[in-house]
Amino acid sequence: MEPRQHQPSELLHVDSLEKSFGGIRALQGLTFGVPAGAIKAVIGPNGAGKTTLFNLVTGILLPTGGIISLNGETISGRRPQEIARLGVSRTFQNVLLFGRMTVLENVMVGRHTRSQASVLSAGLRLPWMRREELRIRAWAMEHLEFVGLADRFQERAGNLPLGEQKLLEVARALATEPKILLLDEPAGGLNTRETERLAELIRRIRGQGITVVLVEHDMNLVMDVSDDIVVISFGQKIAEGKPREIKRHPAVIEAYLGEEGDYANGAGQRV
Amino acid sequence: MSRGNLITLSAVVLLLILFPVLVANVEAISHYLDVMVFVGIFSLITMGLSLLMGYAGQISLGHAAFFGLGAYTSGILCVKVAVSPWLAMVGGTLVTAVVAYGVGVPSLKLKGHYLAMATLGFGVIVNIVFNEEVELTGGPSGLSNIPGLKLFGLPLRGELLFYILVWSMVLLVLIFCLNVIHSRVGRALRSIHDSEVAADAMGVETARYKVMIFVLSAVLASLAGSLYAHYVGFLSPSSFNLLFSIRLVMMVVVGGMHSLWGALLGTWLLTFLGNEWLHVFKDFDILVYGAILLFVVMALPEGLVSVVPRLSHMWRRGRESEGGTGGT
Repeated sequence: MEPRQHQPSELLHVDSLEKSFGGIRALQGLTFGVPAGAIKAVIGPNGAGKTTLFNLVTGILLPTGGIISLNGETISGRRPQEIARLGVSRTFQNVLLFGRMTVLENVMVGRHTRSQASVLSAGLRLPWMRREELRIRAWAMEHLEFVGLADRFQERAGNLPLGEQKLLEVARALATEPKILLLDEPAGGLNTRETERLAELIRRIRGQGITVVLVEHDMNLVMDVSDDIVVISFGQKIAEGKPREIKRHPAVIEAYLGEEGDYANGAGQRV
Repeated sequence: MSRGNLITLSAVVLLLILFPVLVANVEAISHYLDVMVFVGIFSLITMGLSLLMGYAGQISLGHAAFFGLGAYTSGILCVKVAVSPWLAMVGGTLVTAVVAYGVGVPSLKLKGHYLAMATLGFGVIVNIVFNEEVELTGGPSGLSNIPGLKLFGLPLRGELLFYILVWSMVLLVLIFCLNVIHSRVGRALRSIHDSEVAADAMGVETARYKVMIFVLSAVLASLAGSLYAHYVGFLSPSSFNLLFSIRLVMMVVVGGMHSLWGALLGTWLLTFLGNEWLHVFKDFDILVYGAILLFVVMALPEGLVSVVPRLSHMWRRGRESEGGTGGT
């Protein structure tokens, strides 16, 4: 595969990204781009560096080297709050909800960067603050409807079953009005029916004009929804291309797909 | 405000109005009004602490020092500089806000319980200053002759007027804090407590919010300190030591730190226990006090307020099963 240059149509661009933890090199010279409006999957064996990649893009970790840019603007090195405000949102592999808050409140937190109320205006319940509060609430309800959780809005988030918790994380991330949404193993722990609904949800998210990056082990889902796939192994890119090309790529079959069975036939499934 | 909070608030206001009437008519408890003034003053501190501990997930072991900063700033400005008490009170909150910001910023930028350690050291240092700066604070023998408060030219003499002043302030602060909890700011705070990483990813400025709530709680403690100075008229360093900081934290924990009502309940109970009810045990009072704390923390880790939802749940279930048998 020939090296890609940064193209103006690319929303997210990762260039020669490096990350070491002590002596362990989690990512080595990773370069790829995500075109605006695309659904791009990042796959690779466990420990390949996929979640590290997400933590670098969202600013939770700082890269040891390389550059991450959003719309041509460098975001690596910035604080997570700034990056969130610029339009990068995510879900977490191990589901990080605000468990003691209600479903609705969780999504309302997603509205944080797009609202203003301070301690003083909140404590005094100034009229403009109350109007803003109503807007936040309406916005959050809309996003709960979008993922199909509107009827659970009063429930404690920690009490939801795993499948619904994952949907709630998506709703919370969408409430931030992201340009790009990073989904970290959204299908992990879901049954077949739930995974089908998830695929449909991911397409609807793209339909809203939001670019999606997907880290996922469920190959059926990956092959089904993504336009483009980048494969990493031991922190390095070993292949990039359309799902059809990836299925046949010898390096991919050897490094990743081969180990779990006949993905080349499209029949692979996560056990 | 939610319906539950509104009902509780009305009940509390009613009790607060009835209390002086009750006290005036029962000779044996006539001095309880004085104890309730202290409960009110301490409640101002514990409500702030409750926001910090229960909502922002941080522990301060230095709130007695902020309480003392308010008290001594008020006292010194009134006694040595002859500033008006209300102005001195504002001065106290400003001094405390600046100091709390200085203590809070470096320790709250780090994740984890560094604030507890920083405030622990801070509290000890402040107490040493109260003891050693004899010129200013009067040292161990204390600062006396602090004037009382006046409102619209009317001196607030006697317990009843002070009771009304202090508890009006408590109610205002309570409503303010309840409003904050159910707002963008409150959600941000609670989100930090539940998952700081997720709060970061949602764009919540975690460090900034923690500092802000810490400063707010310190300012409330300072305000309480000023009221204390003008009510008691005399300050001594031992009222603002580490033991009192720990007592304040215990009040919040015993009442239930995830609820402002819990802070009020815990403050009321521990103040009455410590100042009044345990005196019957003479020298053993501290043992009984310890046993009660141990029991509450072990049996009700969520605090005394956690009993209320449990009871109402049981009551509702009881009614439902009664209704069920009646129907068949």
